Amino acid sequence: MTETAKAGLYIHIPFCLKKCGYCSFYSVASNQAIPEFLNAIIREMSFYRNLFYSFDTIYLGGGTPSLLTIGQINAILDAAVKAFHVEPSAEITVEANPGDLSDDYLKALKAAGVNRLNIGIQSFDDRILNFLGRRHTAREARAAFDAVRTAGFSNVGLDLIYGVSGQTVALWRRDLRLAIGLAPEHLSCYSLSLERATPLYRRYQRSGLHLPSEKQALDFFLATSRTLTDSGYLHYEVSNYARLETFRSRHNMKYWRHISYLGLGPAAHSFHLGRRWWNKADLDGYLRNLRDDQTPQEAEETLSPGQLALETLFLSLRTQEGIDLEAFRKRYGYDLLIEKKDAVNRLIASGKLKLDAGHLRPTIAGMAIADSLALI
Amino acid sequence: MENIRNFSIIAHIDHGKSTLADRLIQYTGVCNERNFQDQLLDNMDIERERGITIKSNAISLPYRAKDGKDYMLNLIDTPGHVDFSYEVSRSLASCEGVLLLIDAAQGVQAQTLANLYLAMEHNLEVIPVINKIDLPSADIDRVLEEIDSELGLDPDTHLKASAKEGIGIAEILEAIIERIPPPKGSEAYPLAALIFDAKYDAYRGTIIHCRIFEGSVKAGDIIRFMHNNAAYKVEEVGHFLLQRTKRDRLSAGEVGYIIAGVKTVSDVRTGDTITHQDKPCAHPLPGFKEVKPVVFASIYPIASDDYQDLADSLEKYKLNDASFIYEKDSSAALGQGFRCGFLGLLHLDIVQERLEREYDLSIILSVPSVRYRFTLKDGTIIYVDNPAHYPDPISIAKGEEPFIRASMMLPERYLGAVMKLCMDKRGLNSNMNYTGPGRVELSYEMPLAEVIFDFYDRFKSVTQGYGSFDYDMIDYRESNLVLMDILVNSEKVDALSQIVHRDRARARALIACDRLKDEIPRQMYKIAIQGAIGSEIIARSTISAFRKDVTAKCYGGDITRKRKLLEKQKEGKKRMKMIGSVSIPQSAFLAVLKSDND
Repeated sequence: MTETAKAGLYIHIPFCLKKCGYCSFYSVASNQAIPEFLNAIIREMSFYRNLFYSFDTIYLGGGTPSLLTIGQINAILDAAVKAFHVEPSAEITVEANPGDLSDDYLKALKAAGVNRLNIGIQSFDDRILNFLGRRHTAREARAAFDAVRTAGFSNVGLDLIYGVSGQTVALWRRDLRLAIGLAPEHLSCYSLSLERATPLYRRYQRSGLHLPSEKQALDFFLATSRTLTDSGYLHYEVSNYARLETFRSRHNMKYWRHISYLGLGPAAHSFHLGRRWWNKADLDGYLRNLRDDQTPQEAEETLSPGQLALETLFLSLRTQEGIDLEAFRKRYGYDLLIEKKDAVNRLIASGKLKLDAGHLRPTIAGMAIADSLALI
Repeated sequence: MENIRNFSIIAHIDHGKSTLADRLIQYTGVCNERNFQDQLLDNMDIERERGITIKSNAISLPYRAKDGKDYMLNLIDTPGHVDFSYEVSRSLASCEGVLLLIDAAQGVQAQTLANLYLAMEHNLEVIPVINKIDLPSADIDRVLEEIDSELGLDPDTHLKASAKEGIGIAEILEAIIERIPPPKGSEAYPLAALIFDAKYDAYRGTIIHCRIFEGSVKAGDIIRFMHNNAAYKVEEVGHFLLQRTKRDRLSAGEVGYIIAGVKTVSDVRTGDTITHQDKPCAHPLPGFKEVKPVVFASIYPIASDDYQDLADSLEKYKLNDASFIYEKDSSAALGQGFRCGFLGLLHLDIVQERLEREYDLSIILSVPSVRYRFTLKDGTIIYVDNPAHYPDPISIAKGEEPFIRASMMLPERYLGAVMKLCMDKRGLNSNMNYTGPGRVELSYEMPLAEVIFDFYDRFKSVTQGYGSFDYDMIDYRESNLVLMDILVNSEKVDALSQIVHRDRARARALIACDRLKDEIPRQMYKIAIQGAIGSEIIARSTISAFRKDVTAKCYGGDITRKRKLLEKQKEGKKRMKMIGSVSIPQSAFLAVLKSDND
């Protein structure tokens, strides 16, 4: 919430060996342009030297950052450290594909200063992995996790997907139990969503497959929350769980707390001082712009106080932390408990919200409808 | 006067009335191809879309006949719905003859017959015209048989035409000259002119449409409206060619307009007689009726900021619709609005549609009501057309509701279904006649409240469009009335309250609860909808809360997208009405007042 909080740096690595059917993040299925891309990213950093001073998180997302060689990752991190002040205690995350994590690679990542890995496991069920078009197997996933531990990573997150056609809540619980058995510090559990223009979307349409009904989606959501919280995980955001508060994704929390972040690379979004801007989702265009020493920005918006307030509502109400009422009142000039008294009271009475230590927080049932809570 | 013919075209819906009118206009050359717009007479969008004319209209067609003489043919178009049957009767009263149009494929239909009866009531010459003879499915022999047996007309008098293809138009024009008698009357008598319509013109005030029966009128004359008893000085008279065309005078037998500084159409009453102030005719022309609204409903703006816009729009609309009345009203649930009176439900629909379409307003209508009569224990008699003014039940000695006599004509095969419908609608004292082989005339006494609540739609549906229906008010009759309220999460929505017969209360309440359940979007908490009489709950439905509605991922790029979506939803919510904690869309209010015809 506070502008004085340190900013986060996101770097989008838009390369994949093969595109996954469900994924709508921008990437190209070719690694040819990686060398030029590195130059471009480094050049893009120079545009923001004066705007952003200090970062305490760096996040390499994608795409598939683990396609980069250690040398390439080092080049990016070195450039970031050179261009900006990066806190010594910064959280430095790399998203990784389980199949890419050899012992040597992991050791080198660790040496490069990466202290958090987020592994795209998605499922421990080969049929589901196959359905999603992932290039790894469950066995490889488990082996990768062991290797990560052996390499000494002590802050590891796993991504899982649920609600795939044919998957029951019981099958999903099995996935969760296998994940819990590995004791990762962090888990992101996403319900499958069909994004337009993805192969999976078209496949669902063609074959008449359906996403879970509202009732089923709620069952999955509650089963996830119950299973993981019973095992000691903190359900700190709609789709995110951490073994301890310190293992929450410091980088991702900046998105939900309206803390500044700089996004570099094609399609990356940035937010700073009430302004948001984003780059073209087009690698060639991105490279061309930077070759010409131009910004690859596609557009920007300056948020009105009303828009910022609305974002604060829907972002905060996704998180267990909720809305800091006093901070909200100071920033936007009205007290939610007074202005929205009836709605808030009704939602508290119906078990969707709770008041706790000056915060208006969603309950688990509230998180399940977080988008609508914002419209109180 | 020998050279004037006043006529109307009557037909069942879609038998080609407007197309024939267009062809006559084209043929006589009053307008050229270039400025010809199809279906000139139906000049409002709504009229075109619904295929019905809601206001009368007139056009004069100069025509040189085969006998070499020049004639003036005055075509007076008529509205085509029971809400406007009085206007129809005044238009027909201005004619000497009609073209009775019959579709060559469909043959004689309900409105063909009903219209024929109307024409015969006014002693008009009837020329049967079989239209659409170019259709492959045309069956002229069968239609001739029907003209004979069902209409009781001499089939030899018929003409054949295809208005669409321009076939038979010349013959029709000649028949109008030969068979429709010229108007009678004398210029020497005192002025007697029948007002059959009035339109508002922003520059000239009210344009009075009239038929001169006796005498003549010219600019400068002082005229008097006999029923309204108001005098005006005539500014201009003239004929309706394509535009209004000024003339020195209008004389007995002619159809035309008078402009006389009349500010609004509400100062003019259809059916009134115009005469001269200083030399009046002895009696007004027959058939005048005070047209009174029979259906009442309140109109509220969805956004309370739009109240002034609504007020301005109603004022403008009223300029052209004398039968529409309104006054200020307010609702605890819906805020400031207006209580309005209409001739019937179609009239109400039209007003609503025009306010939304022409004046770009989003409005909510309360459930329509008739005017009830209550005798209180202290002897006072009050009329109540607004459920909000329902008297304290303890104080009521007697409640009464208006009854009508419904007259229906239908093929015998639908008799059972129609009788069941009438009995469902609390119909009494039925009467039945065979008017021809397989044709029945049926009458019932029914509460008007039942008729305005979807009777007409259901009647048309059970008779598959072959039935025609008309009604007259008869009297007030004692009735066991109650006030039925609708509560949404225990809050009364006064705009949905209805005065109903006790026996019908539960059924009505259930319909309302179900409709609201279908129309109100699910919200974050359970919504209880109840129908109640006083504190007694007689119906209920529940809208369950939605329980899962959140996007899985919300990182950098998702935030802007999500916010835009929420902004859109927020905007949509503004167009709903908040009743307590519940957002109710406009469609929910409409659904409750729509018919129960499923």
